[in-house]
Amino acid sequence: MSVQPQFIIDASYLSAAFLFIYGLKRMSSPVTARSGIVVAGVGMLVATLASFLYYFGVSEAAEPHLGTNLVLAVVALSLGTVWAWWSGKRVAMTAMPQMVALYNGMGGGAAAAIAAVEFLRTDAVHETVPLVLAVLGAVIGSISLSGSLIAWAKLDGRINKTWRYSGQQLINGALFVVTLALGAYIVFVAHGHAPVGLVAAFFIAALIFGVLMTMPIGGADMPVVISLYNAFTGLAVGFEGYVLQNPALMIAGMVVGSAGTLLTLLMAKAMNRSVSNVIFSNFGASGDEAQGEIKGSQKPAEASDAAIQMRYANKVIIAPGYGLAVAQAQHKLYEFVKLLVDAGVEVKFAIHPVAGRMPGHMNVLLAEAGVPYDMIFDLEDINDEFKEADVAIVIGANDTVNPAARTNKSSPIYGMPILNVDQAKQVYVVKRGQGKGYSGVENELFFADNTNMVYGDAQKVMVAMIQAVKSLEGGAH
Amino acid sequence: MDLNTTLTGFVALYIFMLAAFTGYEIIARVPAILHTPLMSGSNFVHGIVVVGAMFALLNATSTVEQVIGFVGVLLGAGNAAGGYVVTERMLEMFKPSSKREGGK
Repeated sequence: MSVQPQFIIDASYLSAAFLFIYGLKRMSSPVTARSGIVVAGVGMLVATLASFLYYFGVSEAAEPHLGTNLVLAVVALSLGTVWAWWSGKRVAMTAMPQMVALYNGMGGGAAAAIAAVEFLRTDAVHETVPLVLAVLGAVIGSISLSGSLIAWAKLDGRINKTWRYSGQQLINGALFVVTLALGAYIVFVAHGHAPVGLVAAFFIAALIFGVLMTMPIGGADMPVVISLYNAFTGLAVGFEGYVLQNPALMIAGMVVGSAGTLLTLLMAKAMNRSVSNVIFSNFGASGDEAQGEIKGSQKPAEASDAAIQMRYANKVIIAPGYGLAVAQAQHKLYEFVKLLVDAGVEVKFAIHPVAGRMPGHMNVLLAEAGVPYDMIFDLEDINDEFKEADVAIVIGANDTVNPAARTNKSSPIYGMPILNVDQAKQVYVVKRGQGKGYSGVENELFFADNTNMVYGDAQKVMVAMIQAVKSLEGGAH
Repeated sequence: MDLNTTLTGFVALYIFMLAAFTGYEIIARVPAILHTPLMSGSNFVHGIVVVGAMFALLNATSTVEQVIGFVGVLLGAGNAAGGYVVTERMLEMFKPSSKREGGK
């Protein structure tokens, strides 16, 4: 009787799968990216609307509850959509990474919820293969949920401590084994009919593992972790898709699973770290360990002097960091850059792969200020140009320009590729004060002979620079 | 369940394999400038999980299942809607400089 609704559902999922892949493909080029998300959005809309047709094909046992279930579905769908839409529109660009983490965790939670319902289905006969995938999806989804929440809290500044104690990895490992053992029990002993308490214990163990696994990871590594959990959620969704015999979930989940894994590896590579290194070592908060004293002193400079030197330079390269965005100085910076360009100066932006809080985050923040993307260059494309630059100006960046990464083997950031700003003839560093960077490492660039420090809030400094150049033009006439 | 497709065994493996290659190929040649929007975009795509949660909720037979299904749909809808808004906002801002277009 339900062939027709099912046919519409199947056809919708097919088109959704196509639209997702086509949309992602368009998103992979800056020119077409904008339309890509719209294409994928249409796919999501089609699939979600079609899912209401399940109404006509529910199992007999569910039929008495169908009215309630439908109301619940509409309420949950509206609540979730409205809340997420509202929060997504409101969030500042600088806070984007933690928002992505939050939404990602929700997806993981949804996948885990699907598995939970499956384990509670007492009327069904469970086969082993779907059960194994349901358990795996449940574990991965739960870890993604609780782990993403911790990542969100850390990036949002709600948790500042990295939480460590001796034997931590042993305890985490033991908890993971317990989680898997409970999962194995659900599959092989209970055949999907485990008591509710045991199922609950399984999920709680997986959720706690996600928390414990994420707590010791320092803030600097969070981007990699978020990307990893993004891949996790994809996998979990794919596995639950198999359980539900839903090809849209299987395809979309697995596409994200592999794309997310590759993205994670690319990010980790950009930081010169392996993914396992990120998860199992203590980078990011080890900065207060033994640090060699750096000889020399930091030499302050006036913003106006720096501005005038740049005005008469041939080539200026700007290395922006998260501090720029925190000070909301992107717009002023671009205003200043436009003045330089009008005066015939060649200006380029050099973006470190992990500038900002995620790879590409800085590009987004600059794009927000209207900087065209053809002025923005990746590390490997621009690093050789620093030695030809008259001035390199570092704004709100620190670790990504620290020469210690090249030379100092004892430094926690040793081996990370950095922007070679120190090779420019003159380096200006715009910085609030004399503090250390996100990783807590002292920066010898600030003490170099060709470096001058411009202290102050980035936005105020940019305003001063704009005024200096403008008054210069005014005086010339 | 009244399904006219069965995606078990090797058919399922084929789907997983081809989907995995597709995901890899899409990301492999992407400039770093788009990494954050793409991560956000792929985050949106797995919001399709909401559809699975809808199935689970509509087929719920007990209060516990209804509660979990409700939470699942709520979370899944948040994933999809939030992922869309955030990605769209990011991509909206990417534009080339108009004055340089002649030079290519």
